[in-house]
Amino acid sequence: MISKTEISRRSARGRAVLAALTASSVLALSSAAALAQDFDPQAVINIGSLYEPQNLDNTQGAGQGINEAFNGNVYEGLFVLTDAGEVEPKLVDSYEISEDGLTYTFTLKEGVTFHSGDPLTAADVKSSIERVTAENSASSRKRTLAVITGIETPDDQTVVVTLSAPSISLPYNLSYVWIVNDAAGDISSGEDGTGPYVLQEWRRGSALAMVPFDGYWGEEPTNGGVMFQYFTDATAQNNALLTGAVDIITSVQSPDALSLFTDNPDFTVSEGASTTKELMAYNDRVAPFDNATVRAALARAVDNEKLLQAIWGDYGTLIGSFVPPTDPWYEDLTGVNAYDPESAQQMLAEAGYADGFSFTLDTPDYDPHPVVAQFLQNELAKVGVEVKINIITANEWYTKIYKAHDFDATLQEHVNHRDIVFYGNPDFYWGYDNPEVTRLITESESVSSMDEQTEMLAEANRIIAEDAASMWLYLYPQIVVSTSNVSGYPLNGLNSQFFVSDIKKAD
Amino acid sequence: MLRYMARRLLILLLSLFVAAIVLFVLLRLLPGDPANALVGVGATPEQIAAAQAQIGSDQPLAVQFVTYLGDLARFDLGKSFVSRAPVIEEISRRLSVTLPLTLAAFLLSMLIAIPLGILAAVKSERWYGLLLSVVSQVGIAVPVFWLGVLLVYVFALNLRLLPSGGFPLRGYGDPARAVTSMVLPVLTIALIMSASLMRYVRAATLEVLGSDFLRTARALGESRTGALMRHGLRNAAVPVISVLGIELSTTFLGAVVVEQVFSLPGMGSMLLLGIQQRDYPNIQGVLIISTLLVLLTGFLADLLQRVLDPRLRKEARR
Repeated sequence: MISKTEISRRSARGRAVLAALTASSVLALSSAAALAQDFDPQAVINIGSLYEPQNLDNTQGAGQGINEAFNGNVYEGLFVLTDAGEVEPKLVDSYEISEDGLTYTFTLKEGVTFHSGDPLTAADVKSSIERVTAENSASSRKRTLAVITGIETPDDQTVVVTLSAPSISLPYNLSYVWIVNDAAGDISSGEDGTGPYVLQEWRRGSALAMVPFDGYWGEEPTNGGVMFQYFTDATAQNNALLTGAVDIITSVQSPDALSLFTDNPDFTVSEGASTTKELMAYNDRVAPFDNATVRAALARAVDNEKLLQAIWGDYGTLIGSFVPPTDPWYEDLTGVNAYDPESAQQMLAEAGYADGFSFTLDTPDYDPHPVVAQFLQNELAKVGVEVKINIITANEWYTKIYKAHDFDATLQEHVNHRDIVFYGNPDFYWGYDNPEVTRLITESESVSSMDEQTEMLAEANRIIAEDAASMWLYLYPQIVVSTSNVSGYPLNGLNSQFFVSDIKKAD
Repeated sequence: MLRYMARRLLILLLSLFVAAIVLFVLLRLLPGDPANALVGVGATPEQIAAAQAQIGSDQPLAVQFVTYLGDLARFDLGKSFVSRAPVIEEISRRLSVTLPLTLAAFLLSMLIAIPLGILAAVKSERWYGLLLSVVSQVGIAVPVFWLGVLLVYVFALNLRLLPSGGFPLRGYGDPARAVTSMVLPVLTIALIMSASLMRYVRAATLEVLGSDFLRTARALGESRTGALMRHGLRNAAVPVISVLGIELSTTFLGAVVVEQVFSLPGMGSMLLLGIQQRDYPNIQGVLIISTLLVLLTGFLADLLQRVLDPRLRKEARR
């Protein structure tokens, strides 16, 4: 799901994220790793962020900032989505899936306690899942857990989940479910999780501090605590890093600011893999975009590399489709419908648009969309296609495009991990309807192994790429900058997570 | 005097009431339902309906309006849609940043502007008197955020004397850091404010210097400085005070920009965030409290003028 909060927060700041598991990130890591030998286990790590949570409950519209601060740090799930994109058991010791794929039996880890001192029991897991699926839950993950029909707790260490249909992604989806003490009550301004850190204090509009939890079941953090300092302005955040008020900033807003850090030995600039994709979504229901040849022709008419260079300089990646490198079914598809204006013109002629056509591009009013729209206008004019740019607000986007499907084409950034599933839903705003893709995506959920799921979704991805279902422009870069004596932080920040327990600060 | 005060207070309350109505109407004129902003884009209609019921946006506007006025009459500003925290608590926490910021900047700007303004008037024919007028003229043209950025560049990034922004986690529980983090924001506002204030002080002093009563006082044997101190300043103060009242209000509202530049958790950032998130209770709360403070400032400035100028008191009695 794209969450509205995420969209509107991005609107205000044009979030910088993204990815490329490229050599550059490895390089940055190795230089940071050299310093990791000698660190101060008592050091408090100051982290600058633009994403302050609105409250502390991830089912109550707290925004992406709560995932950044709390996922894996204060709360843990039965499973964890690691920074590399793998799903691994966390609070689950082992689990079994029944033959028909409809029953999951989870055995919980022993010796796990909540910050309040209560032991973790099956009842806590049941109530935690129910928090997300509850009627008043605003969690964007609610829908993916709708297949759950029952949760049984035969004993304190065992949870049995029954499903209405097989769901190979259940462990992945459960990695979003915080395990909260069932006695905790309202957690919108407090917490009771099992993670390596305890919330120390949160001052709205300013900072959130947490300290290591003495009774943590797993490995001890390599620092003496962290403080997230929240900024409303990217320049103020950069200044804080420059003056040493913070040690790390979780995302860099614009390439202009990077020059402050790249040539300075006091700082480390790292590029990780993001999941945020900039795309032009056609309304595939309406002419001429119901014609795959037209869509493919437009894809060939646009030089994505030049666009990425113009917006991000040397950062960011081209992926040729909707699947980012941290999704298991990623494949480099930049060769499909690659830049080739001559064949674009031919294909337009074949489709009956030798003289071109014109369409309206509904463009959200925040960065980078207006710039992207102008670039597309120029590129497409060269093949005779006229783009009329119509600037709209995030709220109009939601009502006109997302709800009413009343548009020719629009620009949007999609932030989530594993979201190719949108192409399997013909009712989604872009209205892509290919029965084969719908089948692959639907059935990939009921297969019995991850390998099969991966194979089917990779196939679906190839089909949408050839069909040019949308115009995928580029993957944003995910850039983290730190002072050079700090290491061990996550680079990819998948789904906004920012695991802090391995961060080390040299003396 | 008492009757006058009662009448002024009544007008104040009435203005506040009108402001509250205008606010409510303006916010509801915006298209879309705040419930949509609250739940995700992928939300089901049931989720949206639940959110609407929770924040009351499913009620008819008239009902919402009556509830709102009723709550307001009991000084209840409601709870934030987003954080669920009582608005008044959040505002009081934020005011603990914005009020000291505004008042300190206001005092500092008076300390700068009043002596310099008088000097610029008395020595208007000397080169430094002229220089002061020119500097204040230039100061008026400088945008607040630009000065803020400049000060950060010099004092935080280059000299490393002061923090570039932010506010300590424990607030005033960490007094040294709280105070140092206020220095640059206060300086930013004070410098800009004193530029315009200086011009008013200078103009008012010049007018007094040319007045008949001052000439008479000098004819009776007082020195120029003595005459100015004894008779002039009190007269010059009357117009300056009404300007001060307006200046204080604009400073308070102008804090929005400064808080943004310095990432301070004050009322301004609360308002901006509220607008982004369609958090009606927070927006209403901030604007109503701001309106109240602005009205109160005007009220106090009026009273002060009356204390200083007996002619105004007489008029009121009539």
